[in-house]
Amino acid sequence: MSPRPGFVLEVDRSTPPTLYWHGERFRMERLPEGSRVIYAPEPLDPLTDPSAAIRHALRHPLGDKDPLPALLHPGMKLTIAFDDISLPLPPMERPDIRQLVIEQVLDMAAEAGVDDVELIVALALHRRMTEPELRHALGDRIYDAFAPNGLLTQHDAEDPDALVHLGLTDQGEDVEINKRAAESDLLVYVNINLVAMDGGHKSVATGLASYKSLRHHHNPQTMQQSRSFMDQHKSELHSANWRMGKLIADSGVNVFQIETNLNNDAFPPAFNFLQKREWEWGVKDRLAYLGASKALDRTPAKYARQIFHSVKAPHRMTSVQAGEVEAVHAVTTDNVWKQQGVVVEGQTDILSMGLPYISPYNVNSILNPILVACLGLGYFFNMYRGKPLVREGGVVIMSHPTPWEFNPVHHPSYIDFFEQVLSETTDPIEIAKGFEESFATDPWYIHLYRTGHAYHGVHPFYMWYWCAHALQHLGAVIIVGGDPAAVHRLGFRVASTMADALEMANDIVGTSPTLTHIHTPPIFMSDVQ
Amino acid sequence: MKALVFERNLPRFAASRVASVFGSGRGAGIGPLQLLDALPPEVPGSDWFHLRPLLSGICGSDLATLDGRSSRYFEDIVSFPFVPGHEVVGVLDDGGVDYAGTVLAPGTRAIIEPVLGCAPRHIVPPCPQCGSGHYGLCGNIAFGEISPGLQTGFCAGTGGGWSAAGLVAHRSQLHAVPDGFSDEDAVIVEPTACAVHAALSGDIQPGDTVAVVGAGTLGLATIAALHHLIRPATSCTVLAGAKHPHQRRVAEAMGADTVVPPDQLARAVRRQAGSLVLAGRLTGGADVVFDCVGSSESLTQALAMVRPRGRVVVVGMPAKVSVDLAPLWHRELTLVGAYAYGTESTTGPGGEPRRTFELAIDLVTQAGLGSLVSAAYPLDRYEEALVHAGAAGRRGAVKVVFDLRNRKGHNR
Repeated sequence: MSPRPGFVLEVDRSTPPTLYWHGERFRMERLPEGSRVIYAPEPLDPLTDPSAAIRHALRHPLGDKDPLPALLHPGMKLTIAFDDISLPLPPMERPDIRQLVIEQVLDMAAEAGVDDVELIVALALHRRMTEPELRHALGDRIYDAFAPNGLLTQHDAEDPDALVHLGLTDQGEDVEINKRAAESDLLVYVNINLVAMDGGHKSVATGLASYKSLRHHHNPQTMQQSRSFMDQHKSELHSANWRMGKLIADSGVNVFQIETNLNNDAFPPAFNFLQKREWEWGVKDRLAYLGASKALDRTPAKYARQIFHSVKAPHRMTSVQAGEVEAVHAVTTDNVWKQQGVVVEGQTDILSMGLPYISPYNVNSILNPILVACLGLGYFFNMYRGKPLVREGGVVIMSHPTPWEFNPVHHPSYIDFFEQVLSETTDPIEIAKGFEESFATDPWYIHLYRTGHAYHGVHPFYMWYWCAHALQHLGAVIIVGGDPAAVHRLGFRVASTMADALEMANDIVGTSPTLTHIHTPPIFMSDVQ
Repeated sequence: MKALVFERNLPRFAASRVASVFGSGRGAGIGPLQLLDALPPEVPGSDWFHLRPLLSGICGSDLATLDGRSSRYFEDIVSFPFVPGHEVVGVLDDGGVDYAGTVLAPGTRAIIEPVLGCAPRHIVPPCPQCGSGHYGLCGNIAFGEISPGLQTGFCAGTGGGWSAAGLVAHRSQLHAVPDGFSDEDAVIVEPTACAVHAALSGDIQPGDTVAVVGAGTLGLATIAALHHLIRPATSCTVLAGAKHPHQRRVAEAMGADTVVPPDQLARAVRRQAGSLVLAGRLTGGADVVFDCVGSSESLTQALAMVRPRGRVVVVGMPAKVSVDLAPLWHRELTLVGAYAYGTESTTGPGGEPRRTFELAIDLVTQAGLGSLVSAAYPLDRYEEALVHAGAAGRRGAVKVVFDLRNRKGHNR
């Protein structure tokens, strides 16, 4: 039976309660009659032979690009850059796609007699990956062959000796990227595409860039002009990256782009109920839900977090394409839509969402309040094409405990941002003007980014900018079950129950509002007509 | 007439100390402090005058004494029984003469500068410290014609502010209350003087980053002193750690540039100074830190956030504390105390050095520090008053005072 497409349910009297993520817990909410619940399409069938598909893609590139073996020759300098820990979510079961792809690239390089090969984690201003994380992404064989010899490095956006300035775009944007990557005879980029924002020219122009370069598009103005940044054709974020990508190509950097699509099978069988439509739950699903829910309610958040972060996703590859960046990415984007697209008729007054324990920026870490905001208003709000799911002046209701809690190793500058910046203002434009530079150039944050496992000092700003379009668009944001102090610091309202939140929303959108709930996991994109 | 009398009584002292485990001031009813009938103290000489208290503050040092938490260092420089209360505004029913020789008419309100140095003790010639105007550092506080006692409120011979019977004050201690001053403005002058002296002890240079640990009366008054007396010449940046929301509001109103909860202060200083962090300490840090608490924790915090060769000024009264001094040695820090007041290097219009109390009186007006008085209790509700003072921060108060004006007391 082929997978079913996405579905928009209209809640009636017979509709069972709807499942909400609530951090490391779940909530069941009975939504008002007439509400809509959007369910993602079911997981697409995976490739039956991923290795063969990868081999085929490398040998039959898209666009104006020779097959990979034809680009490899003795004496050349080859660099393979790949996406970091932020993808996929949750991290996938072994073998990771990056391992499968890079093994084949390395085999071809070896056959061609290439011996100057380096691997670079394209982490931009994200935190450095740990050894276990790298072993998970690449496999032990690749890790042991490259890491001990210093041939597996993590992009350092603060090492002036490891960066090269390629010039300015026609809009005056600096393009400064990883020197080894730029000066290689061939740069192979290995991408995992989980959301429509990823991939394309953004892979190199962002993943291997410096702050000097990133600041041109990671700013509130760009995000406010991206409607949304998940829709490449209406995204100023992408326009800037595409300008930079063209300059990178014009500078002679030869990029061979490999992009992969995953299906949305995000949780192992024990959590099947998460991805099912509630009225289709069988006895097994009900028991699994009850068992998990009761156990989690009794488990301290810290341990519940550890349990969830140990979960590996059974994601499977649905396609792989390689070659010239734009030709490859066009196919990838189509495939993302095939897996994630749901047609939705019209906007809503209230958009509700349950937020999980994980986002791209807290793998093996805490979803701190800034990341809660970013996940809800940056990601979920922006996962649309056409127009936002919620109307202008509408309300977003998120469900998450939003604890005032941070991982000081991963997110040191987030703590200061939350304590010092958000206590002054929550306006992204004011924040950018008043605080960004001092955080971006703070020597302590730079030290922790370069030597530890800390996100760059400016990263919490980017997370806040990610919310800029939603903050501009919405009339209010309410967090159900959030820590009041933390929620207020974000500038949002807090409600103890969904009923309270709906009553609070009435003040903004009137007494007979429409409500739409985005049911995750898995994630999906709404094509709002 | 009634007075609160502190007697040397070891069993009561022990009981009070145990009770204080449940909160500062909790031992008031069972400790060495008792509400007794009292007569006005005898005037020790012709240059002494009777003062009938109107308001008398409860200071952190009073609470530490009642709780049995103060240092044994003070044992020989107090005399028992004594009536506490060194933050006092009162009325000179019979008139008097002030520190400058001005005759004060009967009924004049006056503030006392409570230090009992060489002048009140009739010691001639005065010790070198008193001779140079640093009365707070007097070496003769246990000698001379009156009982030992570093200040009024710790001396058996002078009485103290927590008394309806009144106290006696030497002319060198008397300052007339300026016209327009409320009693609340007047009673806050003494702790303000401590803050002024502390701020002027900071040796703050232009552009310095200054941190203030603690936001009780002393901390808030120190912020005000930094803002009004130091900042105009130095443009220093003041960061403060304040535990409670009302303290944060007041600290901002007093002029702090950044006010954060205490556990965030080191991070705020680090951001301001652009410092790195090493072994839990800032490699750079604040140029000057004022510790307005005086505990092991606050001193440790202060030493961890001051820059190498920086200065930590201890403003809050410490007792026996446990602090790792390795960073003090390794980073060549200066740890200085700031006790009481005297004469400052700041000069008046005629070039004359000004007494700290004069500067404090000006500052109370400029900063509106009388508003720090949050609650007033009649003497017979002293147990409540002391519990309130011991939990002032938590209960939204700053300064708690005794009201001896025959009123029933009030909360602001």
